[in-house]
Amino acid sequence: MNTATVTTPLARYVVRLADDNLILGQRLAEYISEAPELEEDLAIGNLSLDHIGVAMHLYEYAATLGDSSTTADKLSFLRTEREFTNVLLVEQPHAGFGDVIARQFFFSAYQTLLWEALASSADTILAGISAKALKESTYHLRHAASWVVRLGDGTDESHDRMQAAIDSLWRFTGELFESDDLCAEMVISGAGTDPAALQVPWDTKVAAVLREATLTRPTDPYQATGGRTGMHTEHLGYMLAEMQWMQRTYPDMEW
Amino acid sequence: MTYEVPDVPGEKTEEVSFSFDSRGWPLWEVFVRPKRGLNHAHVGSLHAADAETAVQNARDSYTRRSEGVSIWVVPSTAIFASDDSESFFEPFANKPYRHPTFYDIPPEVGQL
Amino acid sequence: MQTTAGEVAFHELIDADEKIEPRDWMPDGYRKTLIRQIAQHAHSEVIGMQPEANWITRAPTLQRKMTLIAKVQDEAGHGLYLYSAAETLGISRDEMQQLLHEGKQKYSSIFNYPTLSWADMGTIGWLVDGAAIVNQIALQRTSYGPYARAMVKICKEESFHARQGYSILLALSRGTDEQRAMLQDSINRWWWPALMMFGPHDSDSANTPQSIEWKIKRVTNDELRQLYIDQTVPQAHYLGCTVPDPDLDFDVETGHWSIGAINWDEFWDTVKGNGRLNRERITHKVKAWDDGAWVRDAATAYAHKQQTKLEKTA
Ligand SMILES: [Fe+2]
Ligand SMILES: [Fe+2]
Ligand SMILES: [Fe+2]
Repeated sequence: MNTATVTTPLARYVVRLADDNLILGQRLAEYISEAPELEEDLAIGNLSLDHIGVAMHLYEYAATLGDSSTTADKLSFLRTEREFTNVLLVEQPHAGFGDVIARQFFFSAYQTLLWEALASSADTILAGISAKALKESTYHLRHAASWVVRLGDGTDESHDRMQAAIDSLWRFTGELFESDDLCAEMVISGAGTDPAALQVPWDTKVAAVLREATLTRPTDPYQATGGRTGMHTEHLGYMLAEMQWMQRTYPDMEW
Repeated sequence: MTYEVPDVPGEKTEEVSFSFDSRGWPLWEVFVRPKRGLNHAHVGSLHAADAETAVQNARDSYTRRSEGVSIWVVPSTAIFASDDSESFFEPFANKPYRHPTFYDIPPEVGQL
Repeated sequence: MQTTAGEVAFHELIDADEKIEPRDWMPDGYRKTLIRQIAQHAHSEVIGMQPEANWITRAPTLQRKMTLIAKVQDEAGHGLYLYSAAETLGISRDEMQQLLHEGKQKYSSIFNYPTLSWADMGTIGWLVDGAAIVNQIALQRTSYGPYARAMVKICKEESFHARQGYSILLALSRGTDEQRAMLQDSINRWWWPALMMFGPHDSDSANTPQSIEWKIKRVTNDELRQLYIDQTVPQAHYLGCTVPDPDLDFDVETGHWSIGAINWDEFWDTVKGNGRLNRERITHKVKAWDDGAWVRDAATAYAHKQQTKLEKTA
């Protein structure tokens, strides 16, 4: 039996939440030592640590559910691309700071709403993790939004670069709000929330920041999907190959 | 030594200008209140383009280990410093009568 | 030559073991020496992020990954504290960075060695941060106030670095044969470079006497190196490892370990820019800096716009 799996619906839901955080945390970690200033390098480190930290708590919780014998590390390092259920947005690579900020801004705007809803989950452990994570993502959003505004309303060059980053990641934002059977089940049990309900407040928030940043809200109707069912972009495989390299090369060891 | 780098014998060392140039983001002084009930204290400085980002940078750079509950940032150029020469402060050094220990009070008098 | 009041005060402060503060009169040589030393110390912290960042994305567990991120992040912070200390002497961070990018100021040669296995994350924390700690503890008493205060702050954070490193190595030492081989290989590669971190022998160290007189430097290279060797050799043995020195010897009378000859050719080669990764490290740094130019400019432009708006409404 594959020991890097969970089976109960709640556990699968919690792993899904964790996957978003681990993958984004890993992407941010790639950027460390490449930020435009030392101060921003420290900020990126904090973002990455917050996301990986919450991922670990969620995986640990998922591992206690059902009769699973898995661990947070097994879930992180021994699942394949098809088994990861993160949204596509967080696995997108960045070509520069504009991408890092656009990705963070879209995701944190979503995540603040998500944690706020989950903070009153009927599952008290999930509620506790969410309440704590809400404080972190509130700061993430503040930091990302202030950069969106500064880059959007900075120089002509920065305006164009920020607009390009916003435009190119826009197609991965619709997926954040997709419901599926698992979400529906979680809504019924009271543990989870319906992501579709977060879309309007997200759009309002995002539109307001883009307006302040003198940026145009994209209208691209095409929206990519598939992350929740393991249908990823090709980027994730390379990221996992790197992230999982130690555990795959040296199986069953203590580090 | 360690993070000190030895001069290579025969290699010329750079000339530095000693003049603050104004390239880059301005410098801010950071003051942190370690916990409620205590004063904000100077902890260091950092660079930021404006006050809002200076506060965020201070949070990310100077309170990573929960060193603070409140932050002030002040543009370094806004600090007006005293002249630290002896004549500036010495006049206070010869006024021992301002201090309680200057006065001998018999112990029988009790708490004063 | 006429001695000024400032000069007299400076020497009185140094003699009394008091700190020199930014606005005090100081000899040009003192200022220049400090700017160079603090700037190069700061460059070392910042360039030092790279060899460890090299393993963040491949760390074997979530906890190790987070610890390593936090550690590398601390090094960015150390760079920031030190640049700030140097800035009190009348040089801007941008100017120092430019000197680094142009190769006119250097950073510690230790960071020109490649990190080739996970064990190197442990060895760096233990040996490299360990060497830095020995030095930085001594520097907490350095005569320049802002530098001494930066050292106090940094030393507080460094003990976490050394301990997390040694804990990585302990796990390897208790692991499989493959892990123990990885550990020994790593010590073999880092041992000598770590000893070289303390710099040339006192007899070959031109600047030491002046720096000691000014109390910038409080303990000499060889004294610190010996302190470090004595503390480190037993720690290697505790891991079940050896250090790669056939001449290593313990003198029962003095209680000190003595080592074989250091390869100073390798040392000077690396200082001069011909180490394994000198060029890669600077290329990475310059690229990050250049790539960030539009971001820094944007923030400045935005701040000016806001300022102008404020002035108009006022
Ligand atoms: Fe450091
Ligand atoms: Fe360190
Ligand atoms: Fe260090």
